Amino acid sequence: MSEVRLRGISKTFGTVRAVREVSLDIARGELMAVLGPSGCGKTTLLRLIAGFEAPDVGCVVVDEEMVAGPGRLVPPDKRRIGMVFQDYALFPHLSVEGNVAFGLATRPREERDALTRRTLELVGLQHKAGRPPHELSGGERQRVALARALAPEPALVLLDEPFSSLDASLRAGLRREVELILRDAEATALLVTHDQEEALSLADRLAVMRDGQIVQVGAPVDVYGRPATRWAAQFVGEVNVLSGVAHGSGVETELGVFDLGEPASGSVHVAVRPEQLELSAHHDGNAEVVAREFRGHDVLYRLRHEGGRTVLVQLPSLELHDVGAKVFVRPAPAAVTSLVD
Amino acid sequence: MGLRRRSPGAGLDGFAVATVLCALLVAGPLVGLPLSFVAAPGGLSEFSGFVPEAVVATALLVVGVGTGTVLLGTALAMLVSFCEFAGRGWIEWALVLPLAMPGYVFTLFALGLDVPGIRSTGGAICVFTLVLYPYVYLLARAAFLAQSRTLLEAARGLGMSRSRAIARVGIPLARPAILGGVALALMETLADFGTVNLLGVRTFTDAIYRVWFNAFDRDAAMQLAMLLVSVTLTLLVLERLARGRARHAQLAARGDAVRPVRLRGPAAALAVLGPLALVGLVVLAPLAQLAVWSVQSVSDGLLAPEFATAARNSFLLAAMSALLVPAGALLLAYGVRASGSRVAGVAARTATIGYGLPGSVVAVAVIVPLGWLERRIDGFAGTGLLLTGTVIALFYAYIVRFLALAWGAVETSLLRVPRQLDEAARGLGADRLDVLARVHVPLMRTGLATAALLVFVEVMKELPATLLLRPLGGDTLAIAVWQATTESLFRTAALPALLIVLVGLLPVALMIRLSGRRGAELEAGGSAVAWAEDLEVARA
Repeated sequence: MSEVRLRGISKTFGTVRAVREVSLDIARGELMAVLGPSGCGKTTLLRLIAGFEAPDVGCVVVDEEMVAGPGRLVPPDKRRIGMVFQDYALFPHLSVEGNVAFGLATRPREERDALTRRTLELVGLQHKAGRPPHELSGGERQRVALARALAPEPALVLLDEPFSSLDASLRAGLRREVELILRDAEATALLVTHDQEEALSLADRLAVMRDGQIVQVGAPVDVYGRPATRWAAQFVGEVNVLSGVAHGSGVETELGVFDLGEPASGSVHVAVRPEQLELSAHHDGNAEVVAREFRGHDVLYRLRHEGGRTVLVQLPSLELHDVGAKVFVRPAPAAVTSLVD
Repeated sequence: MGLRRRSPGAGLDGFAVATVLCALLVAGPLVGLPLSFVAAPGGLSEFSGFVPEAVVATALLVVGVGTGTVLLGTALAMLVSFCEFAGRGWIEWALVLPLAMPGYVFTLFALGLDVPGIRSTGGAICVFTLVLYPYVYLLARAAFLAQSRTLLEAARGLGMSRSRAIARVGIPLARPAILGGVALALMETLADFGTVNLLGVRTFTDAIYRVWFNAFDRDAAMQLAMLLVSVTLTLLVLERLARGRARHAQLAARGDAVRPVRLRGPAAALAVLGPLALVGLVVLAPLAQLAVWSVQSVSDGLLAPEFATAARNSFLLAAMSALLVPAGALLLAYGVRASGSRVAGVAARTATIGYGLPGSVVAVAVIVPLGWLERRIDGFAGTGLLLTGTVIALFYAYIVRFLALAWGAVETSLLRVPRQLDEAARGLGADRLDVLARVHVPLMRTGLATAALLVFVEVMKELPATLLLRPLGGDTLAIAVWQATTESLFRTAALPALLIVLVGLLPVALMIRLSGRRGAELEAGGSAVAWAEDLEVARA
C-alpha cells in the first residue's frame, strides 16, 4: 500500500511550468529521492506536497486522505507532513528541546515530554536539549531539524537538499547518520537533491526530474545502469553514448560488442558507463590518453579514439597510463548497456 | 484554469479581509476630508479671514524654520563629522536631546521667563528651530559619515582647500539627506498646535481649533484641515523624493569614512562650548527651571487639583495606545505576510497615510464618521454620545495618527523573521495564529517594545487631537500644560511639563544607547529597531 500518491500534478508560475503532470507513489517506510538539476521543479514538487503551494491540477493523497485535489486543499498544518528545510529553519528563540516539542503542542504534557525525549535520543542530542540552536554545529542543527520533523510522527518527512549547506567532508558521514535515523524511526521520506551521489547512496528508489517532468523512476542501480534517456544517463554520472547496430541481445559499436539489457535490432544508441570499458597499454592501440583525472580510489581517463570521438574510461588506480600513451580500449567483461534516445 | 487556481494566499482569506478592514478603518476618515467641500461648498465663507491669515503665517514659518534648521542642523553635523575634539563622542549625542523637548514645553519655559518678543512669528520660528534642528542634524550627519574619504581627497588633490572641498563636494552630496531632514522638521511644524497657539501665531491648526471650539462648525474645520493636509502631503512627497535620492547618493559613495581634522586651542573649546550652550538652553535650562517651578508649585499649594487625574489619564491613554497601536500594526503587517495577498499589501500601505498628518486634522477627520455611526446606534439602542463623547474617539484618532509610527518598527522586525520559519511552523501543525503567537511575537519582542515605547511617548506629548476629542474630565498632562500656560500659570504648568519631557527622554536615551558610535539616521522607529536587533545579533 502506498503512503503517498501523487497523480498528474501540475503547477505553473506565470509562464513557467514548474511541475508538469507528475505522478509518483511512495510506499510506507520507503526512502525516495527526487534527483534533478537546480530549477527542474523538484523544490516546487516538495512544496506542493507539503501544502505551501496548491497544484493547478492533479491530486496529492497522503495515508488514504486526499490533501490536495479538485475542490480540496488541506492547509499545511493539517497534513501530517514534516519538513526539513535546506538551512534547517530552526526557531532561534527556542532551545533544542523547544524546537523538537514545537509540533507537539496539542499533546498532553507527559506524552509531549516523552516524545521529545525519545526523539532527541533517536538523533543523539539528549545532552544538548537546553542549548539554543546557534550554539550547535551544522550537523547538530540538521539533526535537530530532523528530530523536529519526526517528533509528531508524520505520515511523510520531506527533506529539501538537506546536505547542501554542510561541508563536503561532513556530508558522507551525515548522510549515513540521517539514513539510519530515518530507518530507525520507520519514517516514510522524500528527499530532494541535485547531488547524484547523495541520491544513489541514500535512497531506496529515486525519481529523476527534468523541466518539471519525471523522466525515470527506479532503484538506484537501475537508474544508473539502465538510464531511460540520454539526458538521464548523462545527469546520473559520466557516460559514453555510442551508436551501433543491434542484433538481438548484442550491439556492435566502434569500441566492440556489448551485451544489451533488452533485445533490439537495427541502428541504435547505447549508454556505456566509463567503468564498463577497460583499456591496456598497447603501442598500436585504438586510442590515445588525452587527460587523466586521478581520484584516489579510481582514475578517469579521457581518450581520443582513432575514429575521432572522445571516450571516458574509469579504472581502479592500480596501474596508471600517462597522458599521450597509446592504449587499447574495449568493453569490460559482463558490461550490459542500455538503449537511449 | 482560473477557477482551479487556488494557491494558498492568492485569494482573499480571513487575514486579508482583516487587513483590508483595518486599513479602511484607519484611512477611511481621511478620505472624507475632501468630500466636505462637496457637502458644504460655502463652509468657509463665514471664516474668510482665517485662510489668508493662516497661509501667510504658515508660509513665514516654513521659510523661517526651514532656513533655521538647515543652518543649525547642517553646521552641527559638519562639526561632529569633519572635526575631532575632546568630548566629541558625547557632544555628538547630546545634540539629539532636544528631540525630547515638545515645542509647547519650551514655549512655556520661554513665556515663563518673559523673553522679549517671543509672542510673534519670529519667536515661534526660534522655538521650532531650536527643538526641531535634530532632524536635519541626524540625517546630515549620517550622510556625511557615509561619504567616502577618497571623494574629499580627490577634491583636495584638485587644489581645493579643506573647507572648499567640504563646501563643493561634502555638502552637495549630503543635500538630499539635509532636505529630507528639513521636510521632517517642517511636517512637525505644520502639525504643531501648542506652540503657535501659545505664541499667538495664527496658523491652520490654530484656525481649526478656533472654528471647532468657538463656532462649532465642523464643515469649516474639515475644510481647513483639508487645506493643511494638502500642504503636509506636498512636503511628504518632497521628503520621499529627497530620501530616495539620498539612498542613491550614499550607495554611490563607498570606501573609508572621512578622516576628521583635529581641533586645538580656542577652536576646540568653542566646538565643545557651543553645542553645550545650545543643549543647555534647549534642554537643561528648561528642565532645571521646570524643576524649580514644580517644587515651588507643590510647596505653595499651587498645584492644580486636577493634576493627579491628568497624570492618570495621560498614563492610561498612553499605556492603552502602546498596546493597541502596535497590535494594530502587527495585525496589518502579519496579515499582509500570512495572506500573501496583493490587495492586503496595498491596504496596509494605505493605512499608514496617517503618518505625519497633524493631530488636529486626524481629530477632525475621525469625528464625522464616528458621529454618523453614533447617531445610528443611538437611534437603535438609545446610547447617546457613545463614541464621540468618550475615549473611543480619542483612541481611534491615536490609531489613525500613530499607526504608521508603530508600523515602521513592527514591519522592520517582521521582515527579519525568515519566511521559512513560518513554513516550518505550519508543517509542524501550527495554524497561522499559532505561528504569530509562537514564532513571530517572541522573535519580534524588540520591535514590538520599540513600537510600544514610541507610541507611549507620542501619546503623552500629543496635544491637538486630545484637545479636540477628549471626553469631559479627560484632561491629560499635555492639556494641563497648555491650559495653565494660556492662563500664564507657569508654575502650575511646570510639573506636568517636567513629566512629559522626562518620559520623552526615554526613546532618545534608548536610541543613543543602542547606536553607540555608529553612523545612522533617525527614521522614526525603523532604525531604532534595526539597531536594537543588530545589537542582539552581535551579542548572539
